[in-house]
Amino acid sequence: MNISSLLSALPGDVAQGIIWGIMALGVFITFRLLNFADLSVDGSFATGGAVTVILMLTGMNSGTALLIAFLAGVLAGFVTGILHTVFGIPDILAGILTQIALYSINLNIMGGKANTAISVDKYNLLVSLRYIPKAILVALVIAVALMAIMYWYFGTEMGSSIRATGANPAMSKAQGININAMKVIALALSNGIVALSGGLLAQYQGFADVNMGRGAIVIGLAALIIGDVICNALFSKISNFILTMSFVIVGGILYYIIIGIVLWLKMPTNNLKLFTAIIVAIFLAVPYIKNQMNSSFRKAAKRGGRG
Amino acid sequence: MLSANKLRKTFNPGTINEKVALNGATLYLEDGEFCTVIGGNGAGKSTFLNAVAGVWPVDAGTISIDGVDVTGLPEHKRAKYLGRVFQDPMTGTAANMQIDENMALAARRGKFRGLSWGVTKDEREKYHEMLKELDLGLEDRLTAKVGLLSGGQRQALTLLMATIQKPKVLLLDEHTAALDPKTASKVLEITDMLIKEHGLTAMMVTHNMRDAITYGNRLIMMNEGKVILNISGEEKKNLTIEDLLHKFEEVSGTEFTNDTEILSK
Repeated sequence: MNISSLLSALPGDVAQGIIWGIMALGVFITFRLLNFADLSVDGSFATGGAVTVILMLTGMNSGTALLIAFLAGVLAGFVTGILHTVFGIPDILAGILTQIALYSINLNIMGGKANTAISVDKYNLLVSLRYIPKAILVALVIAVALMAIMYWYFGTEMGSSIRATGANPAMSKAQGININAMKVIALALSNGIVALSGGLLAQYQGFADVNMGRGAIVIGLAALIIGDVICNALFSKISNFILTMSFVIVGGILYYIIIGIVLWLKMPTNNLKLFTAIIVAIFLAVPYIKNQMNSSFRKAAKRGGRG
Repeated sequence: MLSANKLRKTFNPGTINEKVALNGATLYLEDGEFCTVIGGNGAGKSTFLNAVAGVWPVDAGTISIDGVDVTGLPEHKRAKYLGRVFQDPMTGTAANMQIDENMALAARRGKFRGLSWGVTKDEREKYHEMLKELDLGLEDRLTAKVGLLSGGQRQALTLLMATIQKPKVLLLDEHTAALDPKTASKVLEITDMLIKEHGLTAMMVTHNMRDAITYGNRLIMMNEGKVILNISGEEKKNLTIEDLLHKFEEVSGTEFTNDTEILSK
């Protein structure tokens, strides 16, 4: 347990962190902009991985495979959107239904196998843990390009309507926005991005696994929340859309560094999900507790006595 | 021009909570008519406005705006004919979006929202001028989040948004009820100014009888889901609060005993 082994693992953590950060950008669309707790992502993340690997095994290049993975995710998000808007199923439940359905679909995509490998020696992978510096660079370029597209899109009339739908549905309807259509579009885009990052992770780790998306939503939330807390601490006054999105990626990286440290401390890997939950709970709790401490009745009583 | 003909709406039909909210409410407004709407709690005032706005479909009756039958149009499709301001200042604007973004959303009411910029530079200049007219100091805060504004500022902004594209009908649902008296009168002045400036057709629900008499050129009183009194022209100009109370008792056969009404004399 020396410090050099921690440092040597760092670049890999960063690469994974960026890939999961891209995933968290998808979660950002639903959780932050649309105000919709979408749990379909656990399924669509694995769908992205499965589609990418299976298509690349047929000889397709990784760019096209990722694009199709994106479209598969769009379809998954579309289904959640329809379940919610047309059939009136509450958001969390609609997401869970899609997620559970995707488990079977993902198995079918991979021909009934739970796990499909793709060798970096035989295939031209966009990112691989064999070449970590390149992986970091490529993932970063994709993340920046994605942020640029999102910045543009959510500044357009259509993107503004999506943000308005999340911010105030009653007002949006009064302004003539078809909020159901906006929800479906946002869910589709979000899951498309999640599937894209699933495709990247599958390439990076050299295999797609039907369980690779399990807990993805929590990791996505972890990245979002860690990013939020850090961003607020550093730029609370001047925070803007670009900064907020950048810190989602930063949150993803930090999350994986924290996980790296946990592993370096020789914690059993079986407990990783437990640690993830604890990390997210801590980052959620700290701002709340801090706020509570500033407005506590006990302190008010003490102040009152002296005042 | 607004024509609402024999509107009926029953909430929770067939249950213990069944409530006949509109029971043949009828109103016809010419272009440029500003109609104030009064009545006790549960009389159907807000329900009437919601029926016109298309929050839900009516059970019976027809609504046409500017000659177009909108009875079958859902809320977001009807929105292109309407400007709306709500009782709760939080309802009319998106708190975590900027002032200019909110205005731009309203400016695109009824139009296709594509992939061009949500707010253009020209628009910002236009909004700056419009906000300046309000004289609330909002013109220099175009990029501030609306959540930072006071209730009165938000209502004024919502009003501006409701009239940014001249609506066929402006619906004001007790839009000053949540404001302090001074702010309320300021918002009412802005309302009157905007309605006169654009020559708008408007319906304004209010609990304040004096406002109902002072503003507008038509006044209706509702009771049990019906329009029981419809006054305009000279008759409205000469109206007093005592007249109204008397008329209410005459028409409905009961005493007008709503605290808000009595207190706001």
